[in-house]
Amino acid sequence: MSAFVDLIAEAKASGDIQGLIDAIPYHAYLGIRAREENGALIATLPENEKIIGNPVLPAIHGGVIGAFLETTAIFHLLWTGQTVHVPKTITITVDYMRSAGVRDTYAKAQITKLGSRVANVRAHAWQDDPERPIAAVNANFLIQPADNG
Amino acid sequence: MADPPREPPYNPTTAAFSSPIPHVAELGIELVEAGGGRGLMRLPWRENLVGNPETGVLHGGVVTTLIDSICGLACLTALEKPQPIVTLDLRIDYVRPATPKLDIFAAADAYKVTRQVVFLRATAYQEDPDDLVAAAVGTFMLSGRLGIRPTNEGATSEGGS
Repeated sequence: MSAFVDLIAEAKASGDIQGLIDAIPYHAYLGIRAREENGALIATLPENEKIIGNPVLPAIHGGVIGAFLETTAIFHLLWTGQTVHVPKTITITVDYMRSAGVRDTYAKAQITKLGSRVANVRAHAWQDDPERPIAAVNANFLIQPADNG
Repeated sequence: MADPPREPPYNPTTAAFSSPIPHVAELGIELVEAGGGRGLMRLPWRENLVGNPETGVLHGGVVTTLIDSICGLACLTALEKPQPIVTLDLRIDYVRPATPKLDIFAAADAYKVTRQVVFLRATAYQEDPDDLVAAAVGTFMLSGRLGIRPTNEGATSEGGS
């Protein structure tokens, strides 16, 4: 893990969020982008025909929306938190409120509770209006590996 | 002599197999079996789906997509007539990291079907079905009312998740 931890430190020092995100193959595959706005990370999942899960509506695959929200939560923790380890997802609950049309999707996370071992993070995604979320997650992450204590 | 039926009776399993989901095909997910409210899918390991470049472990989000997909399919095969379905919620426990370069299987079981909601359990594993990578529970809404705008009301064929 050490090289990735170094990459996180370098990215934070230089302000290069995108470099950090692109270091993960799956994020590069989805084309996820991120920027900082008022101290919070805003992530973008660009419109893409490849991620359609329901060709009838059409709508983006719910699994991709869940993955995007989990990713947003992890990068929010890495970017704003003090954690030096890559958070490991313990549980994630995704609520789907509205179908995700085939257009750009945005997401933002907030830390509900930052403990010494576990962080509880919520994130929500929207498309046209931040006040009309299409989906939200509540996730618990292990932020302290068990093998060093 | 009676007229022959105009079309064969609805077979949820055949219907589920006949409507490909673009993103499922894109990920290389293969359907192993489905029917009677149960289903099994296989996701071959692929470099560009990795979430940890140092270990080669697949991104957890790919497992989320695999589980959501098999839940949707199991849900469709549990229905007596075709209906659009949408995921209402999905909770996934990541029990252990997936071993790199091994396929991941996901199995789902629609254990309760009501008029509006289908309840499912799902697991993800690699070589041993008892050695779980992830365990999940999900609920799907029937009739696809959730989040569908009036302009889409004409869409009546069965949808994926």
